[in-house]
Amino acid sequence: MTQQALEVERRSATGTLPAPAPATKVAKLIDISKCIGCKACQTACMEWNDLRDEIGHNAGVYDNPRDLTDQSWTVMRFSEVELEAGKLEWLIRKDGCMHCADPGCLKACPAPGAIVQYSNGIVDFNHEHCIGCGYCISGCPFNIPRLSKKDNKASKCTLCSDRVAVGQQPACVKTCPTKAITFGTKDDMIKQAEGRITDLKSRGYTNAGLYDPKGVGGTHVMYVLQHADKPEAYHGLPRDPGISPMVSVWKGVTKPILSAVLGLAVFGALVHYVTVGPKAEHEEK
Amino acid sequence: MPQLIQRYTAPERANHWVVAVSFILLTLSGLALFQPEFFVLSYVLGGGTWSRILHPFIGVLLALSFGRSALRYWNDNKITEADRQWMKRIFDVIRNRDQGLPEIGKYNIGQKYLFWTWVVTILLLFVSGVVMWQPYFTPYFTVGVVRVAVLVHAFSAVVAILGLIVHVYSGVLWVRGSLRAMTQGTVTAAWAKEHHPAWYRSVGKGAK
Repeated sequence: MTQQALEVERRSATGTLPAPAPATKVAKLIDISKCIGCKACQTACMEWNDLRDEIGHNAGVYDNPRDLTDQSWTVMRFSEVELEAGKLEWLIRKDGCMHCADPGCLKACPAPGAIVQYSNGIVDFNHEHCIGCGYCISGCPFNIPRLSKKDNKASKCTLCSDRVAVGQQPACVKTCPTKAITFGTKDDMIKQAEGRITDLKSRGYTNAGLYDPKGVGGTHVMYVLQHADKPEAYHGLPRDPGISPMVSVWKGVTKPILSAVLGLAVFGALVHYVTVGPKAEHEEK
Repeated sequence: MPQLIQRYTAPERANHWVVAVSFILLTLSGLALFQPEFFVLSYVLGGGTWSRILHPFIGVLLALSFGRSALRYWNDNKITEADRQWMKRIFDVIRNRDQGLPEIGKYNIGQKYLFWTWVVTILLLFVSGVVMWQPYFTPYFTVGVVRVAVLVHAFSAVVAILGLIVHVYSGVLWVRGSLRAMTQGTVTAAWAKEHHPAWYRSVGKGAK
């Protein structure tokens, strides 16, 4: 969580915020066709963010650790798939926060300022204000936030907001040896992805495409997929993610309407008291 | 001295106030987590994090103490024919035109509906609350179930709080002489005759 150099555009559980100056949107582009699964990004993330996960057990697959945790904000997901008969493919997806333009975590969060969205698009958690309720987990369409077992605060990838604030690229980007991960303005990253997609198509990946799902307003972490028609093949990447209607109803119309109903009930009681008045016994002496 | 009739025993009263205090604390801390504009209410329990920690435990206390009341008053709240007749004149009741109402027993149908409203909503609040209870129980449920639970929790909480507003208004401000039933345990014979004539006839004989 940072920092003065970044302006806050949205803040959890806060209805009134000054409008920030318009800022250039940033994005991280992960080109899955270039990823070799070396996990250097996982290590760089641990180093920069000072995270140390518990040493786990090998479950017979390359995924290590097995899942995201409050100490592992990014995890390589290895999928062995046979999309065409006889053609085995090893799809390796760097999993982590997608930094949605319309973040479900922020929408669900009840604690003012525990989740913010900067004007450059980065979605960040602020432990100081986090109350540990886990609502962000139910708000997230990508199953990303994790609660710490130690202090019950929620954590996830910050897109290295503290590095970006001072003009640096995220740690995972900096370390990636094949340049599968790149960082820049969102426009530039889309352009770069287009070049990669053209290249992949010319080499037989006719369904190559960009993953920037519109259901969450687009994301500030995007993937180049060889098989953009089958995102599920990449360890269950959702085809059309969006904030659950349950969460939208809960945090949308429900809040003002139900609050108004309660206020009106109290007011109604007052009106009844001053118009009809109390009920007394008739023969009371 | 007006003639007094025992309506609630000391253990009943004690239990009622356990329900009442936990209900109010849950309402305040729950509203704080429900609507950001009410977040300041989280300071009643010592801030956001303490609200998150304590709210579910107080919820268990409410479920237990209300459950005890529910079992004790279950039979008293079965709706009778006299209640239905009484209900037809509900608008007269609201306007304090009580002459010639059907004779009802210990509770009128409004109180009975409130009782059943709370039986249902507190059960829903308890079940959905367990599903939402971090970090102990939520990890055992899928995110889809948790999303349903938070919505059920919000809606049933509002219904339960509406019931609380009606209950407090009726008992404290509207129907004079009711509050003492839950503070001292007794009501006046006149009160009983006026509001619960059938109950007065069944217990009033032994009044002191």
